Amino acid sequence: MAFMTDILPSRINVTAGLREGAAPDASAPPLIEIRSLSLFYGAAQALKNIALTIPERLVTAFIGPSGCGKSTLLRCLNRMNDLIDNVRIEGRTLIGGHDIYGPEVDVIELRKRVGMVFQKSNPFPKSIYENIAYGLRLHGTNDRRQLDEVVEQSLHGAALWDEVKDRLHSSALGLSGGQQQRLCIARAIAIRPEIILMDEPASALDPIATAKIEDLIQELKKEFTIVIVTHNMQQAARISDYTAFFYIGELIEYGPTNRIFTNPANKQTEDYVTGRFG
Amino acid sequence: MNAAPRLASPPPPRHFRAQAFDFPSFFFTGLTGLATFLILAILGVILGNVILNGWPAISWRFVTGGTHSDMFDVNKAGIMPMIVGTSARVILMTLFVIPVGVITAIYLTEYARTSSPLTRIIRGAVNNLAGVPSIVFGLFGLGFFISFVGGNLDALFRPANAEPLWGKPAILWASMTLAVMTLPVVIVATEEALRAIPPGLREASLALGATKLQTIVRIVVPNALPGIMTGGILAVSRAAGEVAPLLFTGAAYFMADLPKALTDQFMDLGYHVFVLSTQSPDIEKTRPILYGTVLVLLVLTFSLNLVAILVRARLRRQMRAAR
Repeated sequence: MAFMTDILPSRINVTAGLREGAAPDASAPPLIEIRSLSLFYGAAQALKNIALTIPERLVTAFIGPSGCGKSTLLRCLNRMNDLIDNVRIEGRTLIGGHDIYGPEVDVIELRKRVGMVFQKSNPFPKSIYENIAYGLRLHGTNDRRQLDEVVEQSLHGAALWDEVKDRLHSSALGLSGGQQQRLCIARAIAIRPEIILMDEPASALDPIATAKIEDLIQELKKEFTIVIVTHNMQQAARISDYTAFFYIGELIEYGPTNRIFTNPANKQTEDYVTGRFG
Repeated sequence: MNAAPRLASPPPPRHFRAQAFDFPSFFFTGLTGLATFLILAILGVILGNVILNGWPAISWRFVTGGTHSDMFDVNKAGIMPMIVGTSARVILMTLFVIPVGVITAIYLTEYARTSSPLTRIIRGAVNNLAGVPSIVFGLFGLGFFISFVGGNLDALFRPANAEPLWGKPAILWASMTLAVMTLPVVIVATEEALRAIPPGLREASLALGATKLQTIVRIVVPNALPGIMTGGILAVSRAAGEVAPLLFTGAAYFMADLPKALTDQFMDLGYHVFVLSTQSPDIEKTRPILYGTVLVLLVLTFSLNLVAILVRARLRRQMRAAR
């Protein structure tokens, strides 16, 4: 537990929450550790001195109103922000103890370890099979048997196998929205990342498809560390173990989900989770 | 007949009822219709005239025969060398313009920063290139490809005082000149096709650990192929009927043989039309061949287009079937 108090700004009272919440194994080091991270788009500051640690094999949710920086922070974790011009990042982001913005870091390796699922499902205009095989082929696997095996495993892992096993070679674009999003999850887990970042993965889906994704997340956390951005507070409450609340680029409060929703320490958090603004 | 119960519909409120007569709408509909009709009429007159007058001149001998005897005599002239020449220069041009145009477009959309002055200068240059009159491209081809590139190749690789091999008009230089002329068409069409690829696909690929190059080669360009083909089709359409750029760069007034090497000159359908209509000793006797040649030129241009359109359609179908 000590690691959290070391890093978090003192005004965020996390230890109180941790004592009563479902605390992760305190002896294990946190998988992701963000230290005083600030991000600027040109002159505009989008993230202000963020500090938080994300435990392994749990679901951590980022919540907050639009424009609060939660997606931006998520995209720092696999360096997708590198793709945008004029982005400047200060502070440190450690994954497994290594600074992912360090000079010797291979972004390709980082993105293999930190997968991502996007808000809008974005399957490639290829077959279901080729969508999943894409990442493996990129990294040099071309053996048919091996590909077959990983495609099946990944589809099982994304709870999609039974629905698509008879049409693996037809276009992924023929799937429904929810199936497409699960295909994107299958595609992400096919290259065996440690962490899966999810940027509002269910915001474009109907309630039934959303429920399937949420069930899937509960399954996935047995193997993967999941960081999810969501607009939907009920969703955060249902699926996450830890919740971080952001407001205009600042981390307002972070702690076990249970405490954030039932006994928030901060007035803004309370207003937001009870639906008074946002 | 209808499962849903029918409700008695109330009379529409007064302001929903049609106006007595909406003159502006009527006028504008008529105007746009007239303009469309005018285009169709002009096309009809041109095609009708060419087909009616040209068809009698078409014979097997005419389209397969050479011009060895008298190219102005309706009973002896053949235009096979011109058909071959025009087809060859268009195909050669495609081989030059597609790679260069596509690579330029990839640089502009995928690598260059949109706001940088360099990108703006390149874009401006491409747009200005599209506005240059084609005769100027002919002069450029003569000055750059034949005198400069060809002349220097001769100076480097040919013995002194030998006949120039590269530094003279040739089908190679004519095709390259046409390629430069049609470059903007291919660049603009490819850029549009690349920009139409959803950014989400690029992100998905990069997030799986693909490099930018892998993303471009495996995701972006394959999905943009139909758009790139459109650029190719437009380039072929533009180039097939062009004559001015060929005047200085490779078209021959008369040749006894077909071109056998890239450094040979060639006879061209478009240029031949010009020759027939200005150089004939007896214009009345030449007129049927003139019409016949124009008809063949039109058919050839349309067929080159058609082939490209069919290839593109097949490509689109394959992509929809998604491999």
